[in-house]
Amino acid sequence: MNKLIQIAVGMMGAAFTSGAYAAWETNLTKGVTDISHEVYDLHMLVLYVCIAIGVLVFGAMIYSMIYHRKSKGHKAATFHESTKAEIAWTIVPVFILVALAIPAAKALIKMEDSSNADLTILVTGYQWKWQYEYPEEGISFFSNLASDSREASARDSGIDPATVDNYLLEVDNPLVIPVGKKVRFLFTSNDVNHGWWVPDFAVKKDAIPGFINDMWANVNEPGIYRGQCAELCGKDHGFMPIVVIAKEESEYNEWVEQQLASAKETEAAANKTWDMASLMEQGEKVYTTSCVACHQAGGQGIPGVFPAITGSAIATGDVAGHLDTIMNGRPGTAMQAFAGQLNDADVAAVTTYQRNGLGNSVGDMVQPSDVKALR
Amino acid sequence: MNAHVADTHEHHGPEKGLMRWITTTNHKDIGSLYLWFSLIMFLIGGVMALIIRAELFQPGLQFVDPQFFNSMTTMHALIMIFGALMPAFVGLANWMIPMMIGAPDMALPRMNNWSFWILPFAGTLLVATLFVEGGAPASGWTMYPPLVLQTGAAFPMLIFSVHLLGFSSIMGSINIIATIMNLRAPGMTYMKMPLFVWTWFITAYLLIATMPVLAGAVTMLLTDKYFATSFFDAAGGGDPVMFQHIFWFFGHPEVYILILPAFGIVSQIIPTFARKPLFGYSSMVYATASIAFLSFIVWAHHMFTVGMPVAAELFFMMATMLIAVPTGVKVFNWVSTMWRGSMTFETPMLFAIGFVMMFTIGGFSGLMMAMTPIDFQYHDTYFIVAHFHYVLVPGAIFSVMAAVYYWLPKWTGNMYDESLGKFHFWISTIFVNILFFPQHFVGLAGMPRRIPDYSVQFTDFNMISTVGAFGFGLSQLLFVYIIIKTVRGGEKATDQVWEGAEGLEWTLSSPPEYHTFTVQPDVK
Repeated sequence: MNKLIQIAVGMMGAAFTSGAYAAWETNLTKGVTDISHEVYDLHMLVLYVCIAIGVLVFGAMIYSMIYHRKSKGHKAATFHESTKAEIAWTIVPVFILVALAIPAAKALIKMEDSSNADLTILVTGYQWKWQYEYPEEGISFFSNLASDSREASARDSGIDPATVDNYLLEVDNPLVIPVGKKVRFLFTSNDVNHGWWVPDFAVKKDAIPGFINDMWANVNEPGIYRGQCAELCGKDHGFMPIVVIAKEESEYNEWVEQQLASAKETEAAANKTWDMASLMEQGEKVYTTSCVACHQAGGQGIPGVFPAITGSAIATGDVAGHLDTIMNGRPGTAMQAFAGQLNDADVAAVTTYQRNGLGNSVGDMVQPSDVKALR
Repeated sequence: MNAHVADTHEHHGPEKGLMRWITTTNHKDIGSLYLWFSLIMFLIGGVMALIIRAELFQPGLQFVDPQFFNSMTTMHALIMIFGALMPAFVGLANWMIPMMIGAPDMALPRMNNWSFWILPFAGTLLVATLFVEGGAPASGWTMYPPLVLQTGAAFPMLIFSVHLLGFSSIMGSINIIATIMNLRAPGMTYMKMPLFVWTWFITAYLLIATMPVLAGAVTMLLTDKYFATSFFDAAGGGDPVMFQHIFWFFGHPEVYILILPAFGIVSQIIPTFARKPLFGYSSMVYATASIAFLSFIVWAHHMFTVGMPVAAELFFMMATMLIAVPTGVKVFNWVSTMWRGSMTFETPMLFAIGFVMMFTIGGFSGLMMAMTPIDFQYHDTYFIVAHFHYVLVPGAIFSVMAAVYYWLPKWTGNMYDESLGKFHFWISTIFVNILFFPQHFVGLAGMPRRIPDYSVQFTDFNMISTVGAFGFGLSQLLFVYIIIKTVRGGEKATDQVWEGAEGLEWTLSSPPEYHTFTVQPDVK
């Protein structure tokens, strides 16, 4: 027992003093948009109103508890109503509420007006990643949890999360937006409800399959802003962060050029014939970003929830059936259609990897051209 | 009926053994069954909360997988709401309403038996989902589609369990309404009823109005999953958000179902120990009715981020803010009841005062999140978790504990151990604040709710919160010990029990006869 207490005290002592953990943030962020400043001011206003009322009410209770007690010989009064007092404490709160509601309504109307945007970005939630599309620029990519965070978050990984940069708040491909522009976000989902939240922008909106929501932000300062999925969306709800990099307009334009150039390279890669080693290498990469959350690192799945890849009838059977499952998904289950998420080379690589890795050894290869033929 | 027959009837006691409890139609027996059931579910739900808090003690996954973690948050909520809190209040209603209004029993005693005995089956079915393929429901107690449709074999069990719990609640409510309307003693007019009876009267109507709505919503989920309907599937012309509207049309009144009886309990206890009549009785009744009415027109404040027209958001914001008015009236009235009283601080009074203070803290955060633009920041964060736990734990649960300490001497004829009771109050209060207050901070700093693992800057407050959780959880073992000790014996309680207590229940012996008020008293 003593030992247990020692360990507990030791753990807490270590945790509270370690530099990496020393963050005692207690309040809402002010954020980096005019709207987020307004929201912060409203938050502080209503907080102060509550504290003032609290001081009055709790003050009266505590005074009464100290002075109006039987042990002090206080005799009970007999009053049990006062129309004047009761009217007063009905009317006065109404005035306070009106005073709060007016600025809140003004802020809300501004927040919901996403007209005249300079740039539109379509955000699609997936279990468990985000897709960002810039319809005007023709850019589209997925944003997954960074691999070092994913490794450290595994049970018994032996990696101290404090040693991982921005643990659970880092992604492979961040969203990039220009500063000083009104950016309109459109939200939807490919599977279940998600919630896109960046506290510094005071933007939180649900991404709902079949519907499109919108919200906007005009960021004042360049920087990296982090958020998380806010709406419970299944097993890895806590593992689909959001990272937005706000850049000066010139840097943003450079980034757009780079994206367009790398899209061309990917296209070229899809047209060549791949050898087994490079398919397996690329396949493992795709597997760890797109498949591992459900089917697990060793391909064993989670019994009863997500089927195994290792030894599965689909992954060791006919290649056409395997490709169909990957590309078109399984309706009514959590298995998504990856045809729209992965390019030809990636589908070919991950299919080959699943057939020849993870304990399987079918021996055949799938080429990007095979995938292209099925589109 | 001649005198002889009436006389033998008086001496008719309970059956012996297990059959007494299975076949009983006695409101006291059924009240006790409800309360024991509630206590067991409270402990089961509490263990789940401790699993959650243990996992959240530090970042990284130490004890459970994310899927099981989600099952724990889901099951903890369902069990605490439907298994612990609601049955506790129905149990108190069964025990106290007939004794408070001078009735011999509940109006529909056989249905009373049935409405209790459905519960253990519903509860077992729900808990059994932990052991089926695919694990327990993990989509949150709110069961939002499309996510909930990914549930495995647990899905139909969850739906059927919710249906059974709904049957039980509706039958219990019909019984309470029938009892209050028909069995009041001569002279017990509506505006003379004790406030606990009033708040339950209104709560029962809320239950009857909303439980069928929940039943309809979950039935639509069932047909969406198994019978190819598309109520909530956009691909088939349905709308996933419609479920949220229907759910919260039930869910918001449900929030008041969990708190109005608590208001009633506190309104009984504070006057007793302040030795002064309740301040503003009629405004208390009107405030309760106003809260009940408003509860039907504020549901969408649970889903401000779902994407609604601005006009709807403004309406739901303002309607929600309005609730602060009648709730404020109640708090002011309780404080005025204490004001210039002659107070003593026995355990029930301590819990009642703890309720008023900490419920008010939860009320303040509620007012903050009523304001739509800032709710966008609070929504689905630990700030919300802190808010509803303040109103439900040191709020509703403290009121149940206050009620148990207040009426246990009446029920058992034995006084509980006062020093142990006070000790239980103080450790519970200290730990519940260590548990939930830091959650305000992590929520504002940006920690979403329902996540098994978190970014390292939230570590310190989560550690404190977990320490509080284990302290609070272990403190409740003391509560169980005190109850068992009191049931088994102790210093004999007087009929009056508390010096300042008023009401018909205190005119009965402690413990009361098996059948009481076979002749109704005259209320002046």
